[in-house]
Parts: sequence; C-alpha cells; structure tokens
Amino acid sequence: MTPQPITHHIDDALLMAYSAGTLPEAFSLAIATHISMCDECRATLESFDAVGGQVMEEQSPVTMNDDAFAKTMAMVGKQSIQRPKPANDIPSVLAGYIGGSLDDVEWRTLGGGIKQKIILAGRDATARLLYIPAGQSAPDHGHSGMELTLVLRGAFKDESGHYRAGDIEITDDSVEHTPIADEGEDCICLAVTEAPIRFTSIFYRALQPFFKI
Amino acid sequence: MGMIGIQTLQKDYSLNSAMDDRVVSEDLKDKDDPVTTKTADQWGSYLEAIKSTHDVAAFEALFGHFAPRIKSFLLKSGADANLAEECAQEVMVTVWNKAHLFDPTRASAATWIFTIARNKKIDALRKASRPEPDELPWGPDHEPDQADVIALQQETDRLGRALAELPEKQRKLVERAYFGDLSHRELADETGLPLGTIKSRIRLALEKLRHAMS
Repeated sequence: MTPQPITHHIDDALLMAYSAGTLPEAFSLAIATHISMCDECRATLESFDAVGGQVMEEQSPVTMNDDAFAKTMAMVGKQSIQRPKPANDIPSVLAGYIGGSLDDVEWRTLGGGIKQKIILAGRDATARLLYIPAGQSAPDHGHSGMELTLVLRGAFKDESGHYRAGDIEITDDSVEHTPIADEGEDCICLAVTEAPIRFTSIFYRALQPFFKI
Repeated sequence: MGMIGIQTLQKDYSLNSAMDDRVVSEDLKDKDDPVTTKTADQWGSYLEAIKSTHDVAAFEALFGHFAPRIKSFLLKSGADANLAEECAQEVMVTVWNKAHLFDPTRASAATWIFTIARNKKIDALRKASRPEPDELPWGPDHEPDQADVIALQQETDRLGRALAELPEKQRKLVERAYFGDLSHRELADETGLPLGTIKSRIRLALEKLRHAMS
C-alpha cells in the first residue's frame, strides 16, 4: 500500500487533537487513513495516547457503584467486535466509508474531467474524494479554514511540494495552492475541509503563549 | 518534537536517552521509582493473564484500579454521574473482550485503556463515531519481547513524571486538551512534552512488527 516512503506527515497539534478525540469525524477519517499507511505518524499518535493514559491515570478515583463489577462481568463476551471491510487498494477504515474499492466509486462530474464524491458531510467538516485526471489542475475551490488532502492514488504537485500516495498536505486559508496531477496517472485524493461557519480563529492559537517559551 | 526550554524536562530527556542501550537485567534493577514501575508492569501482565487464561481475579484487580479513574476522567469530560458509571463499566467490558489486541511493546495498560475510554467518550458524549487506523495484524503466535515491554514501560513512567513536573499552567492545558476542553485550533505544535524517546520505542516496536509480518 506504500510503494514509496511517505514524506508529508500530520503535524503534532492535529495528532494530539486526534488522540484526545476532539476532531470532527471527517478530519479523523483523513488522519486515520494516513496513519494506516504511515508508521511514523502512528508512533507519534501512540506517544500522544501515552500522554492521555498518564492524564487518566493521575485522576483522583471516583467510587464505582457497589454492583459495578458484577454488572460488568455479566456483560463481558457479549459485545460484537466489528471488523471493517477489507479492501486491497485503500486502508480498511476508508473502505468502510466508501463501501469498497476506489474502482467502484460513483463519481459526480465537476467539469474539465474533474470528479468528486462526497463521502461524509458533517456539521463541522466535509470529506470528499477528488478525482483529477493526469496532467490536469484541481479546480480552485476557494476554501477557507483548514484543509487536509491525502493522496490515495497517483500524485500531484503544487507550490509547496510533490505529494505521492500516502502523503498528506495540510493547508489553511493563508496558503494559495493549485494542485496539478502528475502526468501518466490520474490522481485520487481524500480532501477534508472545514465548514465555513467555523472559520473564526487563527490556527494553533491559545497554547502558543504558553509553549513558545 | 516539543523539546523547548524547560530545564527539568531537558534533564529528564537526556537521562532517558542515555538509558536506551541498557541491558534488561539492569533495567529490572532500576530503582528510581520502584513502586510505579512495579505497579505499572503488573497491570500489563494482568491484561496478558486475561488474554491467555481469562483470569477473572486479574480482571477484578484491573477493574478496581482503572474503573474509578475512567469514571473520574469521563466526569471531567462532561458526563453526568450515571453516564460516567455506565460508560466506565462498558469500557471495562471492552478491555476484557479486546485484551488479545493489547500490545505491551507499544502501549502500557493505562495507555491502552485510555484509548478505549476515549473512544467510548466520543461515542457516548458526542454521539459520533471515531474512524480508527487499521489494526496492524497481530498473530496469535507473536510473543512480545520482554525487554521491549520493560523499555516501553520505563518510557511511559518517565513521561508520567515529566508531565507531573510541568509548570502547573502548562500541565492544566494538557489535561484540558484530553478532557476535550480545547479544540484542535487551540493546540500548539510545540507541546513541551518530551515525547522523543517514547516515540523512538514505539517506532522500533512497529518496525519489529512489520518485519514479523513480512
């Protein structure tokens, strides 16, 4: 699934938020898909999970009900463990959202050979698949707020670099970028954008004064 | 990764790095925090006992330690008392049911149980689901290397101490991030947490796992 090393990763602030569980589902989907392909980010995520484990460990215990253990024992073994659908060309977590392989997606044409498929439209953020024919540039979708673009197939380049399968680009509205798919292979990306209503503050703000010592 | 100018953390970090090449027997003799180390190792071995023999006594001990902390964590994250009680029970049910997925070379028991509690929190409090990275295949015959388990546990203990030694304001911010009081916009890329060495440990464990799979 990773034909070449991944060179564009997820930053620590996003991984910490994903570990804490505070991201919109659409963002979590892009991050979970990238981590499925990238051990470097998996290791960082699991380090942040260790921070969460320590935070939980340090909490003053709150007494459980008297019958809590008995009730728990009555429930064990009865949870169904869901197995995500297997897919050959993309991580299972994403396959679960699109119902199988990238080859079976029902695309909607946007013009100029560009196609898209919205796979998750949440209150806070939207996740879509974007199909950019080889050599073509993606439409200027004029997003504001943060956008994550994860390459699933093919590759593209823009002002900030060259992105291949597994690479993720993180941009905010201060960055103007025009992705152009490489010649030779059509490019399919998972693109996640924030809902406009949330674009009110500057990325990475409040902790900065404390941590930039 | 966040290694900014907090002297206590930097000291801890260099000590950490120097220990990376120690042999196991010396690791076992590490006495600088015997209580935490022993206890923490014990929780991991209890999970192993649930995995291998469905050991109810081990599960009860884990329950006694973790359920009240999960409940506390959920209360601080905005659950009411009934929901926190119910969710803490359900988290422990998942601990039992998924014990076979616990990898002690990549996570301590506390870390692993936190991830289950975190997912339960998203499910119950935010009524949302959390897309999870694909599990790495973990064959039933794969035996974790005890040296790796101990090394990971030591890194986890050090991380816990570093967290406790953070300036109060900064420590509170980290806690608030995990209680869900801060949005991703409010998090900084430099957390000040010394994650470099624990990340190296986990990276190594992932490489071994990949190697075993191929």
